[in-house]
Amino acid sequence: MPEGKFCNKTPITTDEQLKATLNDKGGKQYYEEMNHLEVDSEKLWGTIQKTMKSRLKTWLEICAHCGLCAEPCFLYQVNGRVPEQVPSYKIQATLGQIVKKKGKVDNAFMQMCMETAWSKCTCCNRCGHYCPHGIDMGVMFSYLRGLLYGQGFVPWELKIGAGMHRVYRAQMDVTTEDWVETCEWMAEENEDEWPGLEIPVDKVGADIMYTCNAREPKHYPEDLAEAAILFHVAGENWTVPSEGWEQTSLSMFAGDWECCKDNVANVYAAIERLKPKRATGTECGHAHRATVIEGPYWMGREDGQPPVPFLHYVEWLAEALREGKIKIDPSKRIKEPVTLQDSCNYVRNQGLKDVTREIISYLVEPGYFVEMAPCKEHNYCCGGGGGFNGIGKYREQRNMALRKKMDQILDTGCKLVIAPCHNCWDAIRDLEEEYEIGIRWTFLKPLVIKMMEVPEHLLPKDE
Amino acid sequence: MYDFLTGPMLWVTFLVSFGGLLVRAVMYVRGLNWQLDRVAYRPNMSYGIRGAIRSILAFIIPFKAQAQRERPGFTIIFFAFHIGLLVTPIFLEAHNVMLEKAFGFSLPTLGTGFADTLAWMCLVGGLFMVLRRIAFPEVRIITTAYDYLLLVITLAPFVTGLIARYEMGDYNFWLMAHIITGEIWLLSLPFTKLSHAILFFMSRMQLGMDYGIKRGGMKGSDFAW
Repeated sequence: MPEGKFCNKTPITTDEQLKATLNDKGGKQYYEEMNHLEVDSEKLWGTIQKTMKSRLKTWLEICAHCGLCAEPCFLYQVNGRVPEQVPSYKIQATLGQIVKKKGKVDNAFMQMCMETAWSKCTCCNRCGHYCPHGIDMGVMFSYLRGLLYGQGFVPWELKIGAGMHRVYRAQMDVTTEDWVETCEWMAEENEDEWPGLEIPVDKVGADIMYTCNAREPKHYPEDLAEAAILFHVAGENWTVPSEGWEQTSLSMFAGDWECCKDNVANVYAAIERLKPKRATGTECGHAHRATVIEGPYWMGREDGQPPVPFLHYVEWLAEALREGKIKIDPSKRIKEPVTLQDSCNYVRNQGLKDVTREIISYLVEPGYFVEMAPCKEHNYCCGGGGGFNGIGKYREQRNMALRKKMDQILDTGCKLVIAPCHNCWDAIRDLEEEYEIGIRWTFLKPLVIKMMEVPEHLLPKDE
Repeated sequence: MYDFLTGPMLWVTFLVSFGGLLVRAVMYVRGLNWQLDRVAYRPNMSYGIRGAIRSILAFIIPFKAQAQRERPGFTIIFFAFHIGLLVTPIFLEAHNVMLEKAFGFSLPTLGTGFADTLAWMCLVGGLFMVLRRIAFPEVRIITTAYDYLLLVITLAPFVTGLIARYEMGDYNFWLMAHIITGEIWLLSLPFTKLSHAILFFMSRMQLGMDYGIKRGGMKGSDFAW
């Protein structure tokens, strides 16, 4: 059974493997090796028999082939409405065939499945609501991704991404030392402007524990500083864990379920160790989904809940504004048309549409907020969800996918987009780079910092 | 022949058909797995049931779900087809005469004109279902011979029934054809995609519970999935 050096059925578990795979620029050798990768049909069918129960089996069986899932899929819309982009077709032609053939499929077929699973579906779950039978293609594609990952048919970046989580317990090579140092550095860096600013690491029994996205300490450390400033101004008794601070899960995009469990276990272990009353994470959609929505199940928690109440950042912020812990200076409210990007991962997947709009009501002068159409649970994916943003091989398809969001934003007439999700923020940045429509985009943290009233005693004293 | 088809054969058909659908419902629930589905069904049953009911209602009340509002033409055809399909056989006078004879009770029956309209609604609806499969590329690509076969199985009792009712041709022949195609349709229910007669409710219930428990219901979202 030929397996490549980089492209194989074994997850990356060591630093050496990780570096070697990373050095294979663009996955050139990786994808070449993939052409010779053999399908282990027995294992494939065995996994399906063990894991494919009522829900998925019934969905595959009762799909009435009515085609109502076509129009709700933004990828169908932006790709010239070609029938090959009909969600039902995409899943029947891939997972449906694997099941029909009891796993006896070949390399070329698996590569077609890989392309479909990662470049023709972002697992945004929008189709689920439009199917009369309640068939959620996002769930099915996520399942298919797991099968493909187990066979080594996964895009190069996601194999690496899951490997990063396995080796560093973070989506990027940020070690515990790097992380703690970044916390200290950011506290020092901002302490002149914010006297008394702290980023308390491993404080036991705090009111709230904060976790983030490894991209922040790695590339946007100011995001961590901004979180600290807002907790500081809100007077929160907060902490970050030295281990278990990373709540993203590229492994969820990759379909590496074992690794997903490990990521969550790490965060939950921090909760058990530091015993905070509550936890919150950064402005990231998939991180929240991995840690809070799906995570409890990977951990086998029967109540489906994390060990302590775990809020998305928008929930924490809405609460801080509502309770007056953070006050917005009315003169600084946004007085230009502004729109909001609903992240699939916490709006369609956890019903957090109202709190985000509550935040808007504090930040935006009445009359200036413009909803995208459609919005809330009906909103479209940013165009880069489910790992799409990060896969070089499918960059062209991703750029095409951005068009839906571009049109939605253009239709609002707004030049400013609030995107409280890392992935959506990236996608909107990329769409501006690609299509130059003249928009700006922002997370909530920097916006609130610019607009809030800072209590006298927190201001720097004149020398 | 007539006596056999409306006697023992009919009872076997009912038993297999309704018993089979019941078995499928039970099997569905037994095959749910809170860990694989990632839905905490048991501890959050009340949220789940609320979500399930909301989801089912949203899709059986015409124009309640967003999906149905966006496709008014399809929605009308879809409901016409299904209402005709379900209401006609149950409340048809001729069927209830048989019921009365066999069990000594009958259901309220439809006036002839109304029953005719319903039957035609089903037929015309079915015809549109066929036409859209041919006309729209997004439906054509997923349509298989099996989909057409199911439509034939479903519509055959209506075609034969109407021919017999208008007494076109040999009444006895069409009556027999009607009984046989009707029994084929009933027998197909548990074994084919027509099992959606019950599995539609199971699937919507499951997705409704998923959203009711995990994906918004417990955060107060009233979205009907």
